Amino acid sequence: MKEAIAGTLESGDIMITIGPGEGLQVDLQSSVAAQFGRQIKAVITQTLEGLGVKDAHVQAIDKGALDCTIRARVTAAAVRATGKDVWKD
Amino acid sequence: MRNSKVVTLEEAIKRSGLRDGQTISFHHHFRGGDKVVNMVVDKLAQMGFKNLKLAASSLSDVHAPLIDHIKNGVITGISTSGLRGALADAISHGLLKEPVVFRSHGGRGSAIAKGQQRIDVAFLGACSADELGNATGHGSKSICGSLGYALPDARYASHVVVITDDLVAYPNMPQSISAADVESVVVVDSVGDSSKIAAGAIRDSKNPRDILLAKQAAKVIINSGYFQDGFSIQTGTGGASLAAVKYIREEMISRGIKASFALGGITAHMVKLHEEGLIGKLIDVQSFDKVAAESIAADPLHQEVSAVEYASGEHLGSATHALDIVILSALEVDTSFNVNVLVGSDGIIRGAIGGHQDTAADSALSIIVCPLLRGRIPCVVPKVTTLITPGKSVDVVVTEYGIAVNPLRPEIAEKLKAAGLKVVDIKELAAKATSIIGTPDALPFGDQVVGIVMNRDGSVLDKIYNIK
Amino acid sequence: MMFVPGNNPGMMADAHIYGPDSIMLDLEDSVTMAEKDAARLLVYNALKSIDYGSTEMVVRINPLNTPYGKKDVEAVVKAGVDVIRMPKTETADEVRELEAEILKVETEIGRVGETRIMAAIESALGIVNAYAIATASPRMMGIALGAEDYSANLKTNRTPGGAELLLAREQIVVAARAAGICCFDTVYSNLDDMVTFRKEVELIKTLGFDGKSIINPRQIEVVNSVFTPTEKEITKARAVVAAIREAQAKGSGVIAVNGKMVDRPVVLRAERTIALAIAAGVIDKEEAI
Repeated sequence: MKEAIAGTLESGDIMITIGPGEGLQVDLQSSVAAQFGRQIKAVITQTLEGLGVKDAHVQAIDKGALDCTIRARVTAAAVRATGKDVWKD
Repeated sequence: MRNSKVVTLEEAIKRSGLRDGQTISFHHHFRGGDKVVNMVVDKLAQMGFKNLKLAASSLSDVHAPLIDHIKNGVITGISTSGLRGALADAISHGLLKEPVVFRSHGGRGSAIAKGQQRIDVAFLGACSADELGNATGHGSKSICGSLGYALPDARYASHVVVITDDLVAYPNMPQSISAADVESVVVVDSVGDSSKIAAGAIRDSKNPRDILLAKQAAKVIINSGYFQDGFSIQTGTGGASLAAVKYIREEMISRGIKASFALGGITAHMVKLHEEGLIGKLIDVQSFDKVAAESIAADPLHQEVSAVEYASGEHLGSATHALDIVILSALEVDTSFNVNVLVGSDGIIRGAIGGHQDTAADSALSIIVCPLLRGRIPCVVPKVTTLITPGKSVDVVVTEYGIAVNPLRPEIAEKLKAAGLKVVDIKELAAKATSIIGTPDALPFGDQVVGIVMNRDGSVLDKIYNIK
Repeated sequence: MMFVPGNNPGMMADAHIYGPDSIMLDLEDSVTMAEKDAARLLVYNALKSIDYGSTEMVVRINPLNTPYGKKDVEAVVKAGVDVIRMPKTETADEVRELEAEILKVETEIGRVGETRIMAAIESALGIVNAYAIATASPRMMGIALGAEDYSANLKTNRTPGGAELLLAREQIVVAARAAGICCFDTVYSNLDDMVTFRKEVELIKTLGFDGKSIINPRQIEVVNSVFTPTEKEITKARAVVAAIREAQAKGSGVIAVNGKMVDRPVVLRAERTIALAIAAGVIDKEEAI
């Protein structure tokens, strides 16, 4: 796995930087950390687990992204980092 | 001049006989450009005062320096309509041992008039003053218009100090603050940043969501039954509220309906309608922009009123009792129509009660305009984080996902449905919000009460706890 | 049909609150090559999770002869999109190629036949082949004009009056009607000139278009107000339809409404007015008949 980024700092988006790590570690920065921090981290780890990624260090800067956006950005970053796409070639 | 009251700030403070533990007061007509509060409290700190109580009509971002004064024990108590920025954040995290007392504008005016809020020394900034103390909201360096929030202080404080950066020849009339109420006059270089005191008129929002909300709000008003010749109206300054005025105006022109008065924080939008002949009179407790401030100085039909005359609950002659329609915003509305305009959904104080409680309660039709969500923050919730305005005062809630009408006003729901508007149960709106963003976790509140929300009648409505 | 860039999660989340008839999430021209992969995932997840209500959901994919097109088809069909919009369509074969690709994915997920196709025609060759394109597949629901690329292809530029688009517009309407499908006009990008925009919408309505592509919620009201029949038009249409029904019941061949003979074109126009009125929500389906 190499380091990869997906997402922007625009409102409603989340910027995900993924790189090698041990286990799944998520560092989250979010203006809604108190209310949704736990949930955001859960979506990130669940998405990675679903892709078969068990070891990674994730930095997430959240600007109020919905769960579906988080899933999309995490998947994009993971695909860019591992080179393994989720769609058929 | 004989009998001139002009002295230095230090001398004015000495003459006032202010002692540790007493209450000082300020108005917030200089908004984000205010220099008076910081200047006075800095001086008081320098002079060694401790344990003072600060009774401001409101406080904002620019008052962050108070944090140090609180840490140093100069200020140990605050009452205000609102708090913002670093000061609010610090207080939410427990900076002040004594809870902040939050009151609406009408509530503060009333408390001062009744003696519940004692003021020992009022430090009132003015855009101009003469040597005997006649003070106004317009001067050569800055203009703020109405001094409505300063008037109860001027009348009831034990000692009044007027602070100005424009000393003019006597008599400075017509005056807002009367020399008869003033003990000292202090002249300084600048009372505030004039560009922030009164900005140019706020431009119309191009945000499609604001426009959508505004159009819906206008339709609610037009079909409410209150849209008749001679109606009266008050709006907030949010993008959607101001835009709603534009759409109501079109309908007023096409139906030949005129408003008898507009009330409250007066903006250029209202002045324009008044000058077009669509609004008869303007009753102004706070002039929000340069246009409004200039209008109040020049137009006899645009009148200044004190906070008491504006919105006091028990003075039945206060203007809110004659108000038909008010458009307000909210941080949160819950399924009982309770409104929160003071505390963010993260538990941090970040707003002000303003005239919310007053206008919602006394007006005939109160409309809250707010988006269902602000990013991932829900605005329609099962229960508000903090109760500011009780649900029974709130009639209609307008969101982009539908309009909810308080069950206490079934006749309004009927009228809106008949007009083809999408009227929904407010519980559906709350559920819609949750379905989009998920259910938020409980906030990490601590045990320290950092704020008390007062009702208009002086009873306690809610408590705000610290965030850990 | 409101265009929404597929790489903007903020806009995709609530585009539907403004009430557009359909939303087109774009994976093509508004998304840079570096972000095509990420946009595809955003669109996939948005379609799966966001409740767009009754709004028709369309996705503009990249052409199949790019590295992105096939993956776009896989993603959006699996997400349950209503319509796939194919850009820069020039031949009927291209439509059939897309159809085959769609069928492959639909078969894999067990939802055969649900995805429809709209073809954007953006070149001279496309205009020449408009009817063939419109009839290339039973999945075709509409054809649309993409004026920017088209006018460049013609080696001219766009003008406010749209003279350069005359043939293209008429050809698309004719082809769509002959094929029995819908036709849509191109976007108008100057958001500050609502006057010219309205004129353009009035023009294309007269030409026979079913709808217009827009790029901002602020344009919705103008399109709806031009396309929504007036009360007067609806009343007139109802009178015509009622007269026809009455005549049919009596077995009479010729009918007159208000002393004027009513023949078939008039009846068809009246039925279309009623259909538009129902679509605009101005009258209910039940009370129309």
